[in-house]
Amino acid sequence: MADPAPKGHLMRSRHLVVLPAVIAAATLLLTGCGNRAGDTSTPAAKASCVDTSGSTVKVGSVYSLSGSTALNEVPINDSVKMAVDEINTSGGILGKQLQLITEDGASEPTVFAEKAQKLVSSDCVAATFGGYTSASRKAMLPVFEDDNALLYYGQQYEGLEASKNIFYTGATANQQIVPALDYLKQKGVRSLYLVGSDYVFPRTSNAIVKAYAAANGITIKGEDYVPLGGTDFSTVVNKIRTAGADAVFNVVVGDSLTSFFREYNSAGLKAATMPVMSMVVGEQEVASIGAQNLVGQPTTAAYFETVDTPANKKYVADFTAKYGQNRVTADSMAGAYAAVYAWKAMVEKAKSFDTAAIQQAAGGVTVEAPEGTITVDGTNHHITKTTRIGVIQADGQISTEWQSPGVVAPDPFLTSYPWAKGLQTG
Amino acid sequence: MDVVIGQAFTGLSTGSILLLAALGLSLTFGQMGVINMAHGELMMAGSYTAYVTQQVFSASGVSLPVSLVAGFALGGLMGLALETLLIRHMYHRSLDTLLATFGVGLVLQQLARDVFGAPAVNVVAPGWLTGGVAVLGTVIPKARLFMMALAVVCVVALAVVLKATPLGRRIRATVQNRDLAETAGIPTRRIDRATFFIGSGLAGVAGVALTLIGSTSPTIGQSYLIDAFLVVVVGGLGQIKGAVIAAAALGLLNSFVEFSTTASVAKVILFVVIVIFLQIRPQGLFTVRTRSLA
Repeated sequence: MADPAPKGHLMRSRHLVVLPAVIAAATLLLTGCGNRAGDTSTPAAKASCVDTSGSTVKVGSVYSLSGSTALNEVPINDSVKMAVDEINTSGGILGKQLQLITEDGASEPTVFAEKAQKLVSSDCVAATFGGYTSASRKAMLPVFEDDNALLYYGQQYEGLEASKNIFYTGATANQQIVPALDYLKQKGVRSLYLVGSDYVFPRTSNAIVKAYAAANGITIKGEDYVPLGGTDFSTVVNKIRTAGADAVFNVVVGDSLTSFFREYNSAGLKAATMPVMSMVVGEQEVASIGAQNLVGQPTTAAYFETVDTPANKKYVADFTAKYGQNRVTADSMAGAYAAVYAWKAMVEKAKSFDTAAIQQAAGGVTVEAPEGTITVDGTNHHITKTTRIGVIQADGQISTEWQSPGVVAPDPFLTSYPWAKGLQTG
Repeated sequence: MDVVIGQAFTGLSTGSILLLAALGLSLTFGQMGVINMAHGELMMAGSYTAYVTQQVFSASGVSLPVSLVAGFALGGLMGLALETLLIRHMYHRSLDTLLATFGVGLVLQQLARDVFGAPAVNVVAPGWLTGGVAVLGTVIPKARLFMMALAVVCVVALAVVLKATPLGRRIRATVQNRDLAETAGIPTRRIDRATFFIGSGLAGVAGVALTLIGSTSPTIGQSYLIDAFLVVVVGGLGQIKGAVIAAAALGLLNSFVEFSTTASVAKVILFVVIVIFLQIRPQGLFTVRTRSLA
């Protein structure tokens, strides 16, 4: 008798019940361990293998072209590629054409470290552009330090880091969080509710917010973290609604943002009465969350697509011409684009592709970036930034509502702020 | 007071989402004993059905009901294909089923990524489901009310099918004693397929409903899979009323603990409570009483 399903499979034995629980636990463990820092073992510092004798010079890029943050990083990679192409069209650097080698970090810090190692020691690139999450940067840091190579990191991040082998062209701690808080304070905000995804960047950011609030007479009405990728914000929004803060300080990232803003709107909260100041909502996130859920909300970045500089007009026009009219540009993309030109300016000033010569020459180098004129700080390797607060429009664009008077000098360790004492150690 | 009401509602609403995710599983896992790790991807298929439907019918008031039906059909058909091509060959080997369906889940996730792109897509909720209703000093989002209603409809429909239709009687007979059911002339293979179709279809419906509260990404289903298994296990295998009570209890527990602590702590406490509960009552809240020896 052909019986494909004998009674055995129907037994309600105990181990059948336990099995999914075991799998569940294993899955949680696996995802929990995803952010291990790079454990690539590197031999002692070796001489650079960069070859600049020919007519071309190799440069590398490493961004996630697959995995969970590919959504954010693919456009950054496009932006870097465009900058390299532009430089080649206009004659290259020191008469040499650039050859870009693209690697996929696969949204895994360990892969970032591996690929960076490959770029540095077997491709022998003169400079690498890459990294998105702080975890990916921290994983790559030892590779660049051990091999004395250069990494250009274009993403806004939480600060409290300065490696001599990394140039940071995104906003650091005092260039985004602090001006955003200054703006809120100036608007009369006396109490804040902090909400974020549960990992290092939001928690570090909120530690800075709390220190600032304590020194500036702002009450923190509550602080909540939702697991990365979490979709249930109903309780958090209930808490926000009942706490009655003047504004919400939002460091939720990724897909969770959609759930958060939908819940916020459904609860009848309004940008006019309780605005949500977001740290990581740029043009791309607006497209994914849906502009209709965000109209009137403030957000902060150094760059918006609507920024009115000649360099940005050209950048946006070139980018959409190259990649399609429906594409948006955003802070992280402009930061990486500026990084390529910052490297070019440093090489031209140093008249050399050598790491030591570039480190020497870096201080004071200026670039007309899409966000405005940026100047490299030779000591901490960050750049000056104009901080902008924008309001999200119904068409998905962000219009600048306020911008910092003049550029904000980078201060990754917040040493110039008395209230930030005690944060420096992390 | 309005806080308590608000949180009670939130809890029930979270519970109804859990229930929607778990209902299909209570059929395929609870009734048939198949550990289908691709259940989450069947939900994901439902979510993308809602997205595609919305592209076709731009008026989202129309597209929601259409996508609920289409989501059920697509989820069901995918489940049917999965059962016919893969799971039926492994009915004796639950561990193999688990691994194989987990693999299928990964394949489906990647497929969704290739077809729809890695970025999460956004399904616009119809106008009549945006905003909230003010009740007793708290605000209840309409989308969540709709999901609760949908969960109730699904439970009632499933209960009616199982209790009051010939198909339901055959499903229960097959579950309780397959050999005897076969002797009585019930085509148990066909019943297996029907059960799997309904269970997978319910996953598709859950997927459509999820688009109302969040964005749609290839991993949307995966994030609900573990919770869905928990509901089924706590409720007792094959017990719809167990699943209903377990979902509501877990939802309420989660919302009240989260309100007084944080989301991460609430999740930990929830897991601890479940582990303790299963130590005391490994069979779950309810069990099927049969005289069979199995």
